[in-house]
Amino acid sequence: MTAELVRGQNHPLPGTRLEIRVTAGAPLVPCVSLGDARGAVQGTEWIVHPGAPALPGVEVSRQAAVGPRFHVDLEALPERVHLLRVLLALPEEAGGPGRFGATAAPSVAVTHADGAGIAAFTLTGLDTESAVIALELYRRHGAWKVRAVGQGYAGGLAELLADQGVSRASAVAADIRATVARRVTGTVRPPQPDAPVPAGPARAGSGVPGGAAGAGGTIDYTHPGRGTSPPRAPASPSVRPPGTPSPAAPPGPRRRPEGPVAGDAAGWSMDERLYNQVWGMFEDLARSVAAYRSAVGFAESRMDRELDRVLSDPRHRTGPAGGAAREAARAEHDQLVARAREVLDRDLAQLVAESEVVEPALPPAYARWDSPVWHAYRVPTETPMALRLGDVHLPERPGLRIPMLVRLPLERGLWVDSGRTASEAGAAVDGDQLRLMAMETAVGVAGRLLAVHPPGGFGVHVIDPVGTAAGPLAPLTGAGVLAGPPGAGAGGVAAVLAGLTRRVDLVQMAIRGGAAESLPPDLDTAEQLLIVNDFPHGFDDRAVTQLRYLADEGPAVGVHLLMVADRADARAYGPVLDPLWRALLRITPVPDDHLADPWVGHAWTYEPPAVPNGSRVLLDVLGHVASARQPWRL
Amino acid sequence: MVDVSKGGAPGGPGVNLTKGQAISLEKKGGGSLTAVRMGLGWRAAPRRGLFGSRTREIDLDASAVLFADKQPVDVVFFRHLVSDDGSVRHTGDNLVGGAGQGGDDEAVLVDLERVPVHIDQIVFTVNSFTGQTFQEVQNAFCRIVDETNGQELARYTLDGGGHYTAQIMAKVHRVSGGWQMTALGNPANGRTFQDLMPSILPHL
Repeated sequence: MTAELVRGQNHPLPGTRLEIRVTAGAPLVPCVSLGDARGAVQGTEWIVHPGAPALPGVEVSRQAAVGPRFHVDLEALPERVHLLRVLLALPEEAGGPGRFGATAAPSVAVTHADGAGIAAFTLTGLDTESAVIALELYRRHGAWKVRAVGQGYAGGLAELLADQGVSRASAVAADIRATVARRVTGTVRPPQPDAPVPAGPARAGSGVPGGAAGAGGTIDYTHPGRGTSPPRAPASPSVRPPGTPSPAAPPGPRRRPEGPVAGDAAGWSMDERLYNQVWGMFEDLARSVAAYRSAVGFAESRMDRELDRVLSDPRHRTGPAGGAAREAARAEHDQLVARAREVLDRDLAQLVAESEVVEPALPPAYARWDSPVWHAYRVPTETPMALRLGDVHLPERPGLRIPMLVRLPLERGLWVDSGRTASEAGAAVDGDQLRLMAMETAVGVAGRLLAVHPPGGFGVHVIDPVGTAAGPLAPLTGAGVLAGPPGAGAGGVAAVLAGLTRRVDLVQMAIRGGAAESLPPDLDTAEQLLIVNDFPHGFDDRAVTQLRYLADEGPAVGVHLLMVADRADARAYGPVLDPLWRALLRITPVPDDHLADPWVGHAWTYEPPAVPNGSRVLLDVLGHVASARQPWRL
Repeated sequence: MVDVSKGGAPGGPGVNLTKGQAISLEKKGGGSLTAVRMGLGWRAAPRRGLFGSRTREIDLDASAVLFADKQPVDVVFFRHLVSDDGSVRHTGDNLVGGAGQGGDDEAVLVDLERVPVHIDQIVFTVNSFTGQTFQEVQNAFCRIVDETNGQELARYTLDGGGHYTAQIMAKVHRVSGGWQMTALGNPANGRTFQDLMPSILPHL
């Protein structure tokens, strides 16, 4: 499987004998430069080009009818070599394009020696540059990795080599060009001008409306501080700090594109990249706000200290000196807070811009109900890695909503809290109204789960002991996507629970015994969701025990719980049920700040995924789900 | 005694630091530093004899303490790898050391542009968690690197450093509009950064 890389992304190399193929719309001078542990090129003997086509471990192919090609044997490289850069330069001949902006975007692919793909990278967005570092292969803790670089140089090969510490770079570059010209440029023949550029997921992602050209117009890839563009402050290397600290960043001038791009994170698929990007935004927001709050807290405590000091000094208690000291303390405070706010606003602006690009690119499983992506909804053929359960935001910028993505299959059950006392916003809503809203939220979540699973891959059961949820349940019952009619009365409760308990028992036994094929044929092996309304109405002790059993044992064998309950209703059970509530992920039908992030523990305000008023999106989606099921049922 | 040697960076000679000397973290050609890394490297204890795993392993730890107005606000060490604000990151605990050939076995990365505005000093320390003194550790060094271009700004060699188990390496602190680094190189004793706090405070 070929991983489509985005700029800056790295990827492990599974083998040491590799081929690197270049596809371009113009003749190119293909070179490889080798770097030591510091990334420096030791001398001209560390540069491979068509005039000096081979070094131990690297060879540039002479019969490059389909484009330049390198054969690399990482094991054969000298010990001192830690870095191998693939360089592409346009020849400086009359009539040539002279700049990458005038040619089709070149692309580079790293493959096994037998041609099986490993990674590919398309160098989009180049303009006045005439030489570019396309890829680098680097040694890290004994293993090799490839990184998509795409750093262009308007000053051509000479400037590029000079940047890598090659002395007399312009002479070396001229030398290379001369040898290439002597060898007849035909050896490096261009492919058909309209050679298809691989359309990987990254391209699809950046092609969304307002994608790559989002905030800052076109992206400028020229080298910072080099002639063609005015020097500007280098972008901070961790505008997007990776989830784990990365010691892998090699030395060398690198720069992030100015505009945010959807899918600008590591991952094997666009799904995974967007998931990681959203979590990256979540972490960045948490940390930026932590920095701000910490600065403000410090400013306040310092001011308090200063004011206390002024007050405790009898000379200052009255008179102008005391007033001035108090003023000074306040001014210091205000100044620090203003600076902290400035930094926070800078960070928030960056995240808002990123969010504006990322939201429209999200697939249905990650998208809000009002996203246009639902209008093009098709029942998927595989389960996504995560599901959006709502949004979270912080009071510093309520408008910046981070999608709350949870991994699938669900690792724990869900609890939609219908209690009025549970949240501030809930207290303002009438009790019955809140129960209905809670059930609507649950139905929305169940609908989403049904929509993102392949046909027949997800079953939904309902327990509604006294039938109070018939209204909110209508989308599910109307579309006919439930596994059976909602269980009503004590008998219904017992029947649904018994069925699911049997399933958990059988699947557990089959897994333990390693005999999955001996499951009875009537057993539905799809993931199952049980929606329980109005707990504990209609539950006897046996039913409560079964429910707790499902909550504990179910997730591991694909049986998940979605409780819609007010904890106060189950007061009579005392602390016996505490483990049940604790085991469930609590969400609320109204905004409520009860979720903590894993990094600094801010209280985030959660908002459930709301279907826009009057929108038929949920009904339409469930209609698709129902019709996709027909062939499976027959 | 601290042996201060020259860093052999590709872009030119590293700064030859002496204890207590302050250098402004400005890049050649203008612009102040935006990201620095404190790297720490040492050679793993040699395996001995049949029961090689019983070799006393050497665990050096790098830490960074963030101060606001001389009050410790946050600390980044092997138990807390990222400062709350995300500006200071530890690459993870290395318990045994490496080849001892100049590569960093532990590193603390500081993104100076993202350090909260009230943090005005960051102090880097090295401790021997397993208790060996720097005299017993081979090829140990500590260096400060400009993370944007890999250029080494300063390097200390720690071995032969006497009967000390810790060293207060350096501090970066705010000066008008940018950051400055001061090499401290002050020997101390302690297992983790907490033990060093009394020795750090005089340097603030």
